[in-house]
Amino acid sequence: MIKVEGLTKRYARTLAVDDISFEVEKGQIVGFLGPNGAGKTTTMRVLTCFLPPTAGSAQIAGFDVLEQPLEVKKRIGYLPETPPLYPDMEVGEYLSFVGRLKGLSSADVPKRVNEVCDRCAISDVRMKLIGKLSKGYRQRVGLAQAILHNPDVLVLDEPTSGLDPKQIIETRELIRSLAGDHTIILSTHILSEVEHSCERVIIINQGKLVAQDTVTNLTNRLRGSEQVALEILCVNGALNHAEVRQRLEQVVGVSHVVLKDTKDNRCSFEVESLQGRSIRAELARAVVGAGWDLNELRPVGLSLEDIFLQLTAAEKGEPVEKKEEVKA
Amino acid sequence: MRNVIVIFTKEMKSYFASPIAYLLLTIFAVIFGFFFYSATRFFVLQGMQMQMMGRGMPMDVNEYVIRPLLTNASVIGLFLIPMITMRLYAEEQRSGTIELLMTSPVRDLEIVLGKWLAALVLYAAILGISGINMGLLFAFGRPDWKPILVGYLGLMLQGGCLLAIGIFISTMTRNQIVAGGATFAVCLMLWVLDWVSAYDQSAWAKVISYLSVVTHFEPFAKGVIDSKDVIFYLSMIFFGLFLTSRSVESLRWRS
Ligand SMILES: Nc1ncnc2c1ncn2[C@@H]1O[C@H](COP(=O)(O)OP(=O)(O)OP(=O)(O)O)[C@@H](O)[C@H]1O
Ligand SMILES: [Mg+2]
Repeated sequence: MIKVEGLTKRYARTLAVDDISFEVEKGQIVGFLGPNGAGKTTTMRVLTCFLPPTAGSAQIAGFDVLEQPLEVKKRIGYLPETPPLYPDMEVGEYLSFVGRLKGLSSADVPKRVNEVCDRCAISDVRMKLIGKLSKGYRQRVGLAQAILHNPDVLVLDEPTSGLDPKQIIETRELIRSLAGDHTIILSTHILSEVEHSCERVIIINQGKLVAQDTVTNLTNRLRGSEQVALEILCVNGALNHAEVRQRLEQVVGVSHVVLKDTKDNRCSFEVESLQGRSIRAELARAVVGAGWDLNELRPVGLSLEDIFLQLTAAEKGEPVEKKEEVKA
Repeated sequence: MRNVIVIFTKEMKSYFASPIAYLLLTIFAVIFGFFFYSATRFFVLQGMQMQMMGRGMPMDVNEYVIRPLLTNASVIGLFLIPMITMRLYAEEQRSGTIELLMTSPVRDLEIVLGKWLAALVLYAAILGISGINMGLLFAFGRPDWKPILVGYLGLMLQGGCLLAIGIFISTMTRNQIVAGGATFAVCLMLWVLDWVSAYDQSAWAKVISYLSVVTHFEPFAKGVIDSKDVIFYLSMIFFGLFLTSRSVESLRWRS
């Protein structure tokens, strides 16, 4: 549905997007992840025909953004970084205008406006001036505007920025419910958002593509070994953490043990397994066998946060190493 | 065409949702009302003097009242036009709504036309106020109505041409005030270019004076339609709108 090949975008001096290629299948939700200034907004602007690419190509539903922009625009709903709102219009009036602008027939407009108002929970502010709405409500009107003409492809630039926690959850659900008949690409720098609502993630940093994969694959690829957090309790008498530690290290498959915290008669550890070993059952048995109580045992997944830091740090690390080589 | 109407309707609503349209209508009504009052008063006094001196020659309302009034209207228009056009693109760029317009399945030229038409209709509405004054003349006298219509045609053509220039300037900045100021400067320039011909008869002076929008308005005020002037205005409008749509297109490359 979306096909990007060798996309490069250069502003006067800055190279904002540098040779990015990716594809998105129909019906997928893809998260576009990157730190500030990574080039997310720029890529989205190229996809929506707002900016022409400097080099490379982008296709939406088989139409090239440079050659057939009108066909592309018909199929795209776009929520820009700042919602494109007219402060002196009422919400309902604004949505009707956008509906007609997007080519809906005048019979369809009121019907669709009602629908999106319900979906985005803005029915109660329909008669209000947009200029008098709170930031979160503006964001919702922006989202309503993007899905109004039921486009095949949705491009959402930070759709949940400025929303309250309840609304964030609702918006994520809304986005998930739109997947299937819509192909969605959303940008964010909140990693948990990608974990929650996306099937695939594309990570970019400083204009370059760092990784693209499914969320689970990406986690597994970087993790390799299992990490487990333990909290151990001794009901009668004090606990000698050195002893516990020794005991844990003896368990088969454990590569190393880190003491996290001790308090009176309880202590917590983080245990890492050897590559490809599962150690939770063994650990539990060892602890209980020694007469201690197991207060908590949970696997610690590598969060996207960690993945992200690893990937972007690696990117930054490379040139430094090269420099050192030159010196040597 | 449908898209042009969509944009036109939106612009029209936003003119009347903000105080700008009412402000412009009031300014025009007051200033034109003042001119109308002095022109008619002068005319009546002159008429009375003539009669006292025993010359019964009736004075021509068209020549002594309507013609100067039409010229005045065109000058007031010069001052109002920057205020009509300054926000059209500058504001869309500043608030980011340009992203909505330019990612919608609408051609750049359709947006430009819609905006220009809305500006033209507002300008016509403003001129419409002077129609009330002109109507009064018909109540008390028998002026010839044909030159008046020609005069208004001229006003609209001149307005259309300056509005196109104003929209073009509005695409070049995200600051309304800058757009308004620059448009005003250009309108003023086009107006005073005519003065060159007063002291200079060289070919250059002729070319420069040809570019003055005022030179081409004078025949209309006299009630004369000269195809040369109509063509001048129409080509200026065409050229202005063409430049605007190119400038909008280049926004993509510039930003
Ligand atoms: N109009 C512009 N003119 C010049 N440079 C720009 C322009 N817009 C963006 N840039 C530059 O391009 C780079 C990428 O910007 P972009 O807005 O795409 O980042 P982003 O990933 O959306 O960041 P954020 O998370 O902060 O929204 C930045 O270095 C930025 O300074
Ligand atoms: Mg951004």
